[in-house]
Amino acid sequence: MLQYLIRRLLWAGVLFLAVTIVTYVIFFLVPANPARLAAGQSATPERVREVEKFLGLDQPVYVQYGNFLKRLVLEGSLGQSFLTRQSVNEEILRAAPITASLVFGAMIMVLMLAIPLGILSALRPRSLLDRTAMTYVLIGISLPSFWIGLMLSYLIGYKLQLTPIAGYCEVISVQEAAICGGLTDWAYHMLLPWFTLAIVTAGTYVRFVRAEVMETMHQDYVRTARAKGAPERTVMRSHILRNAMLPVVTMIGMDIGLLLGGAIFIEAVFGLPGLGGTALEAIQRFDLPTLQGVVIFGALAIITLTLIVDLLYAWIDPRIRLS
Amino acid sequence: MAPLLEVKDLRTRFSTDDGPLQAVDGVSFNVEPGQVLGIVGESGCGKSVTCLTIMGLNDKRSTTSTGEVLFRGEDLLRASPKRLREIRGNEIAMIFQDPMTSLNPVHTIGKQLTEAVLLHRDVSRKQAAARALELLEAVRIPRAERRIGDYPHQFSGGMRQRVMIAMALINSPDVLIADEPTTALDVTTQAQILELLKQLQQDFGTAIIMITHDLGVVAETCDDVVVMYSAKVVEHAEVDEIFERPAHPYTWGLMGSLPRLNAIVDRLQQIPGQPPSLLNPPRGCRFHPRCPYTMAVCKEKVPPLEPHPGGVFHEQACHLDPATKEREAAKLLESVAGVGAS
Repeated sequence: MLQYLIRRLLWAGVLFLAVTIVTYVIFFLVPANPARLAAGQSATPERVREVEKFLGLDQPVYVQYGNFLKRLVLEGSLGQSFLTRQSVNEEILRAAPITASLVFGAMIMVLMLAIPLGILSALRPRSLLDRTAMTYVLIGISLPSFWIGLMLSYLIGYKLQLTPIAGYCEVISVQEAAICGGLTDWAYHMLLPWFTLAIVTAGTYVRFVRAEVMETMHQDYVRTARAKGAPERTVMRSHILRNAMLPVVTMIGMDIGLLLGGAIFIEAVFGLPGLGGTALEAIQRFDLPTLQGVVIFGALAIITLTLIVDLLYAWIDPRIRLS
Repeated sequence: MAPLLEVKDLRTRFSTDDGPLQAVDGVSFNVEPGQVLGIVGESGCGKSVTCLTIMGLNDKRSTTSTGEVLFRGEDLLRASPKRLREIRGNEIAMIFQDPMTSLNPVHTIGKQLTEAVLLHRDVSRKQAAARALELLEAVRIPRAERRIGDYPHQFSGGMRQRVMIAMALINSPDVLIADEPTTALDVTTQAQILELLKQLQQDFGTAIIMITHDLGVVAETCDDVVVMYSAKVVEHAEVDEIFERPAHPYTWGLMGSLPRLNAIVDRLQQIPGQPPSLLNPPRGCRFHPRCPYTMAVCKEKVPPLEPHPGGVFHEQACHLDPATKEREAAKLLESVAGVGAS
């Protein structure tokens, strides 16, 4: 077990290095000069060169990368934005909780939707409910999230006025000038983004839960449980679900990364100041340190979450834990 | 005394995508307290389905069953799901063919054993665990007090089957249905499990329905034998009677295909052909396409299950006249001398 953990951590390190290198290389392949953008439209060539020197862009790529890595490892610093000269760490620490709450909230909604729907579909295959659920799955997989987001925002937010159309409210550090704040306002504003991200993701999960439950239902040990005289509720909870959920846990681990990507669109639609917005802006303005920061943070988050899910998997499946 | 379990004209039909399938077609037998009844036949002859129907474990949506399954006079086919749950695992228990897949991989065997107790007895968890340990020792699992916290994958096949047996017997059932309990095990383990079942059967006084395709297992363990072919009973008698005076060509075929150590044979006899499809069974006697004694009547008329003359209980379903049967059976026994020793 410990050996497994060490191996996993070493792999995480390698992966992390690869991600930073790829981001760096791609950035420098783009034919644009960040210094020119940072210096402003009317800057003279001398001024641009000064800015280049100031930002370290006059040095070869590998030196820049080395400096970046050194700063990251020794100081844990992602550097400063080319544009605002503010610490990237701070920017990410501000934006990440918003994205995280979007992703985790959506994931909870996905499970609340997909597990009951998947089980019911599996218990009554080819029933009206099953067919309806499968139609929904198709729609969920096919439609783009931003379209669903805009439609929901229009119908539920604008027409029915049940939720805000867009916007974000702080939970903890509410500023004096803010028009809204606190847990209720925050959740009220997050409702539609969560729902949008959940709708597009839950489809796959309904199908997956349905398939897993149907497969597990016909296992010999489920028959054994019935032969013991266990009531159907116990059979479902203790014998079918406990086994059917193992692959679902793995899938959640893989999908959280995908959800981080999907969150970018949702943030844009609902005007949430999360990591997606930060990354988008950084790309448009060739702000390498900020972009690099978002990518590295994302990679770290995915690596950590995958590790947690793997450990969780080992915890719930004794065959992995004890082998 | 009334029999413990009385199966009367049991018929079970599955609806499949290819049409209705009559998996059990008019099966009747009795089980007395403490008796071991063998049900023998090839794969797909309906012997497992018969027992799953007794337990009420068939998929309800695609199965219809008629006839009667009287357990202490109570018809299980008409019992409520709740009543069936009370009986299952408590008064009638079952063990299955494949011990590798019959235990839940995510629960310890202790948990699975205590679950069986707690479903039927109003006892504390601790008492249930004590009972579980008692049974693990009864089925001779070494260091049971330590192994009780282990998971199924930490046990070998034979040990898992012992756990299954412990779980089935934990509430001291009146009837134990053993569906090919040794088929998935290697030969030495098979012998150990059979020995254990026999021992426990005596200790607990449990009646056993032993489903098998192995006449050796029957000779070893059973009091009575039901031979099934293509969803029907073709012969039914006491075990000694079956081995001394087999009366159905299918039973002869089964006996002729037994491997023997005390006879020099080039190759084992086999029954030619395949068991018929239950979706579209042959007219007349279902065994006639594979039977070496086929007469014109066999292709037209279904032979009824009738007594075989001889004084003891013996039923068979074959159109051949009794004299021919006696002669052919004697010929067969001469060539396979030694098989009937039980």
